[in-house]
Amino acid sequence: MYRYDKYDQAVVDARVDEFRDQTARRLAGQMTEDQFKPLRLKNGLYLQLHAYMLRVAIPYGTLNSTQMRKLAHIARTYDRGYGHFTTRQNIQYHWIKLQDAPDILAELATVEMHAIQTSGESIRNISADQYAGAAADEIEDPRAWAELIRQATTFHPEFSYLPRKFKIALIASPTDRAALRWHDLALRIVRNEAGEPGFEVFAGGGMGRTPFIAYPIRAFCPAEQIFSYIQAVLRVWNSHARRDNIHKQRMKILVHDLGHEEFTRQVEEAFAHILTLGTDFPRAEYERIAAYFAPPPFETGLSEEIDRSDPDFALWVDRQIAPHKAPGYAIVNVSLKRIGGIGGDITAEQMDAVADLAERYSFDDIRVSHAQNLVLPHVRKQDLYAVWQALDAAGLADVNLDLVTDIIACPGLDYCSLANARSIPIAQKIAQRFADPARQLELGELKIKISGCINACGHHHAGHIGILGVDRKGTENYQLLLGGSGAEDTSLAKITGPGFDENGIVDAVEKATDVYLRERTEGERFLDTYRRIGVEPFKEAIYG
Amino acid sequence: MNILTGNDLATGDVIWWTGEGWSRHVEDAVDVGDQGESILEAETAARRVNSGYQIAGERDAQGKVRPAHIKDRIRALGPTVRLDLSLKPADPSVGNWVI
Repeated sequence: MYRYDKYDQAVVDARVDEFRDQTARRLAGQMTEDQFKPLRLKNGLYLQLHAYMLRVAIPYGTLNSTQMRKLAHIARTYDRGYGHFTTRQNIQYHWIKLQDAPDILAELATVEMHAIQTSGESIRNISADQYAGAAADEIEDPRAWAELIRQATTFHPEFSYLPRKFKIALIASPTDRAALRWHDLALRIVRNEAGEPGFEVFAGGGMGRTPFIAYPIRAFCPAEQIFSYIQAVLRVWNSHARRDNIHKQRMKILVHDLGHEEFTRQVEEAFAHILTLGTDFPRAEYERIAAYFAPPPFETGLSEEIDRSDPDFALWVDRQIAPHKAPGYAIVNVSLKRIGGIGGDITAEQMDAVADLAERYSFDDIRVSHAQNLVLPHVRKQDLYAVWQALDAAGLADVNLDLVTDIIACPGLDYCSLANARSIPIAQKIAQRFADPARQLELGELKIKISGCINACGHHHAGHIGILGVDRKGTENYQLLLGGSGAEDTSLAKITGPGFDENGIVDAVEKATDVYLRERTEGERFLDTYRRIGVEPFKEAIYG
Repeated sequence: MNILTGNDLATGDVIWWTGEGWSRHVEDAVDVGDQGESILEAETAARRVNSGYQIAGERDAQGKVRPAHIKDRIRALGPTVRLDLSLKPADPSVGNWVI
């Protein structure tokens, strides 16, 4: 993984000192909250329902064990013993004291982490495929490019006061595990007919109040020109975007209003100009960064065999393991979706356990997925049983990847000041309703995504089954959506009809699954059946 | 009734105006009538509250103060999904007070 050089470290350390001074001035009354708020937000510090909340950046979802242990230490020392992994591959702490925040940032800086640009009108943490560098279907590791783009855009003066937040995602596989086209700017590494690397570019995606799937705006941008292209996209948005209406400021609105053809034309025009300025990454710089993402020293001659004599282990292997590009290795998905638990939450002790496993069995490498789970990307197949046993001892060996209980849910009204309804209790009730492992496997891949407000942090627009919590005259109400996808078959879920109360929405989800089981044909997932038969049979079962 | 809430500046704790100062317990909140704005102005200036605001309150079945809206009832208690972290971790029925 990338390691800070002396410049990176100096920048992050200076930022900590600056925020320590700003915090002291706020506590001493030398700044009002209106003056201080934009400064704390630039350092990822929000004020939420119960306390301050600190969102820590995990660039492209990659951590090492030292960093994970530091996150555990922060949870234990400054919070209430746990953290919450988010749908943007970050971690949040929900019980932070302002007076502690500078010390926490200083602790993070010692392990090359920070909270810069995890809030505010900036380019947010760049997200990526959690299987990067390990996936069998990958063209190349996308994280070198993600790191280059991160470095080039962080503190870039042109992008310091954007109209609104800006989210970039990057993958290098035909399989989309990063909800690619739900981002403002979506980049997929491809090769042209000559075998040269480049990027397929999509722009104008996003969820929230007005959801759009990103439009394809360029089939192939040569890799060495991608920063010029990114600058062109941002420049067109920055120069046009409305700053008078918060609901119109995201780039997706501009792309939609201009029309993606006209938006693309203007981007190409800007791109042609920016190319002449020579601001792209020098090849040597790419190679310097790419060296940090060189594959670990995989052993050769390893056995592909897995001893499946323990039936519980065999069930876990069948669900939680993904193919690795190196023979004899596997990708391990660690569920953070225990029945009765809180999706994405992890205790300090569990963080330490994962760190130990990464250090011992996965080349010191841990990933966070946008689905709020963890990944150990490089585990020898012969070590899987030992890893499973250790995960089981830590309460992390659940078998539900991409199943009905692997639910994405935002913190909702239990924690978030923007939320209108609680998300987590709905996820818990659905998980309890479908807790039977055999029932989960019978239903197969079924992605439920729950948001507690229209901002859609819980990705309800992209759920095979989406749930949106709303406030109806002071009472929580839940709308049911069907047919969304955050994968390579991206689609926008549609609302089925009137909303439900807390128990009614669980019944509605179950009725939808009953329709699927009744109507499915061989090999069809829930989403496939929905797409084939349409919404009416579901509406009839749910509302009839 | 009108009650005042906000956060402690240094700790972020949710706090409620008692008529004399700020408490972490909503049952200590008092009706401020039409004085909310002036109280908040003075208390904010003195840094005894951060991001304060006025909300509607009501009395629960025991006659204790209860925020009228669920969002502030959750603020008053803690997350309904982690009652062990709430202000009343020993009371298993406390979640009903929120809903």
